[in-house]
Amino acid sequence: MNGFFELFHSEWFAPLIEVGSSYAAEIDGLIALVLVVVGFWFLAAQYMFFRFILKYRARPGRRADYISGKEKHLKRWITIPHLCVLAFDVLIVVVSFRVWIDIKMTLPENPDGVIRVIGQQWAWTFQHPGDDGELDTLDDIFTVDELHVQNDQLYHFILESTDVLHSFSVPVWRIKQDAIPGRSITGWFRPTKTGEFDVQCAEICGFGHGVMAARVWVEDADAHASWIAANTPLAAAPSSSPAPGVQ
Amino acid sequence: MSELAVDLTHGDAHHDDHADHGPQGWLKYLWSTDHKVIAMQYMFTGMFMALIGGFMAYVFRMQLAFPGIEVPGYFGSVSPGEYNALVTNHGTIMIFWVAMPVLLAAFGNYLIPLMVGADDMVFPKINRLSFQVFFVSTIVILASLVVEGGGFAGAWTAYPPLSADSTYNLTPLGSTLWLIGVGLEFVAFLLGGINFITTLMNSRAPGMRAFDVPIVVWMIVVASILFMLSVGPLLAGAIMLLFDQTLGTGFFNPATGGDPILWQHLFWFFGHPEVYVVLLPAMGVVIEIITTFARKKLFAYRTVIFTIVATGVLSFFVWAHHQFVAGIDPRMANIFTVTTLLISVPIAELCFIYIATLYRGSITLSTPMLWGLAFVAEFLIGGVTGIFLGAAGADIYFHDTYFVLAHFHYTFFPIAIIGTFAAFTYWFPKMFGKMMSERLGKWHFWFTIIPFNVIFIPLFVLGMGGQHRRIYNYQHFPELAGDGFQSMRIIATVALLVMLAAQFIFFYNCFRSWRAGAKASKNPWKANSLEWTTESPPPHGNWRPDRMPVVYRGPYEYSVPGREKDYWPQNEPK
Repeated sequence: MNGFFELFHSEWFAPLIEVGSSYAAEIDGLIALVLVVVGFWFLAAQYMFFRFILKYRARPGRRADYISGKEKHLKRWITIPHLCVLAFDVLIVVVSFRVWIDIKMTLPENPDGVIRVIGQQWAWTFQHPGDDGELDTLDDIFTVDELHVQNDQLYHFILESTDVLHSFSVPVWRIKQDAIPGRSITGWFRPTKTGEFDVQCAEICGFGHGVMAARVWVEDADAHASWIAANTPLAAAPSSSPAPGVQ
Repeated sequence: MSELAVDLTHGDAHHDDHADHGPQGWLKYLWSTDHKVIAMQYMFTGMFMALIGGFMAYVFRMQLAFPGIEVPGYFGSVSPGEYNALVTNHGTIMIFWVAMPVLLAAFGNYLIPLMVGADDMVFPKINRLSFQVFFVSTIVILASLVVEGGGFAGAWTAYPPLSADSTYNLTPLGSTLWLIGVGLEFVAFLLGGINFITTLMNSRAPGMRAFDVPIVVWMIVVASILFMLSVGPLLAGAIMLLFDQTLGTGFFNPATGGDPILWQHLFWFFGHPEVYVVLLPAMGVVIEIITTFARKKLFAYRTVIFTIVATGVLSFFVWAHHQFVAGIDPRMANIFTVTTLLISVPIAELCFIYIATLYRGSITLSTPMLWGLAFVAEFLIGGVTGIFLGAAGADIYFHDTYFVLAHFHYTFFPIAIIGTFAAFTYWFPKMFGKMMSERLGKWHFWFTIIPFNVIFIPLFVLGMGGQHRRIYNYQHFPELAGDGFQSMRIIATVALLVMLAAQFIFFYNCFRSWRAGAKASKNPWKANSLEWTTESPPPHGNWRPDRMPVVYRGPYEYSVPGREKDYWPQNEPK
């Protein structure tokens, strides 16, 4: 079954935007499938439409036919395409289910890291686990509009908002999830391409929505380790054990 | 206006509660109960608002193509807050103050009594009240743009908490007036819908059975029913949001136990049927035009009726496809993917029926026919791109990008603009008693249709490249700031300028034809439905009381074999 769904993986619009996460090709493949299916119907319909317009232009001496649409042999021309549309819809639904379930309904276990993403008017705050790999300890690294992750690692993210709706969107990873005040929403990603990419807020959030632009650095292991070392808060630097009062 | 006024007020004395006994002079327009006058009021208000909505598009497209430019005619450059207010009110106005009043209210009012053979709506005074409430709502929405703090800037969907709390949206007066304006507008259309439904039910001419009614009337009535069934929850939500704004109640504020997602459900429970509320009248208009200019019987009349009813029912079960990534239970997305793709089936069927109706016809490419055919060709693009967004897996990426925006405009532009021009050019001879210039009409057509595609096709590409919506300056996003993407934005803006300029051709054509066009006969297109059996323009009361029409057949009997004429008006016994 997996083999069937892998048929639909594709990186066809990489020229427009890079394919930067483990599931980006799944989404792109679904988009390609829809493009092929609806492209076929679109061209077929437009072809018939324009053909009829050109072919049946008014001419002196020729009258239009009287066709009520009750004639069985003509009604077929509506019913059969109509059933085909339904069949193709089923194919799209099945593949779409698979993509949706993989990305939004499944949370792969044992992440290599957990990141907290906090939206607020009008910046993203990222809470990275420090050297100990755990969130909410003294060596956590807080950054504004700057996310650092290690390539090819499984991350969970915990998405929160302090004021209005925001939407955490990283186009190269094909990820998008609204942040809602009062709730923590968990999701996942696995970056597969190193580099520096845009992080957007995709839900209008007020005056500064247009400048709520962050960047993500996807680094290989060495670069990421040195970024952590260089940015670990001084208070936590000597020892990674939790301070009193912290769980 | 004087000729129109003469025709409308010199009606017979049999209509006691009509305008001719009310106030005189210009006041009679304000207090008229004649459905044709009310239709004109809706139409001209809608067209005026279209100019405002179009101007807003011009301003924000200029800002996108040339960030920071002093936009000519706008008194300066566009600030981020102003940009948000412009896109918000562009959407609000174009949907609620252009598409709704023109397609549904103006043509519904004008056509329903004429097409079913009635002298007026069933409740003329409710009809008048409907326009008056709408007029007040128009003033409120325009006022909301100029109050202190500026117009509402939280997108036309008005998601709380942003819309609910002025410490977040910074427009305390603008957002409240916006909400009141939209609420009043809903009330106006609820009042109008009562008449559409009851007039079809009760006032049909003798002999007119349910399946003898022109499709456009069915479409408008089904649209009114959809509107009535869907708007209640949103009106309730709007009142809750108003309380949140003004009394701090917190229905949508999680800090006080409310839920911001609840608003999204209420909004889209209305919002998606609303798409069909405006789509159906446009589709109906196109059916009237295509059958007339192809001299062809409508293919499978009854199937069309059942299909639109099915579409209407299904449209109540697709709303959460706007919320796939909004934090709803992810299992819901699967259900709404299924319903959303299912609704493609009846809509595809309607498109097939258009094509089948052209088959073996005798097609004349008049200006109304060009608009009608363009509706089908362009709406198909809007329809098929909806499938990308209806599939939840693909929507993860496309949600809130320009792909959505381009898809949306490929549905709404054919509906609200192409559909309106189709209807307006087709019924202009009936409404004003003059023929429009075909030459100017065709220039206007091509200079609207070509730029329209040049505006929105690049926006599909930008959306696939990850460009998200409602951003006043993409230079802040390195991946979106490249020259390639920027040149696409400039192309779209330049095409918009061409398209807007082309509308002057239309207004000139209207004015010149109205003043000096050739006089229109009763039935210039040789069409069958009842509105073509009375004078152009119709007198007050529509027909002389002793000549009210009697109906013998359906409206699409074109090219019937054995008849000399290739049309057969509904009211001709033989």
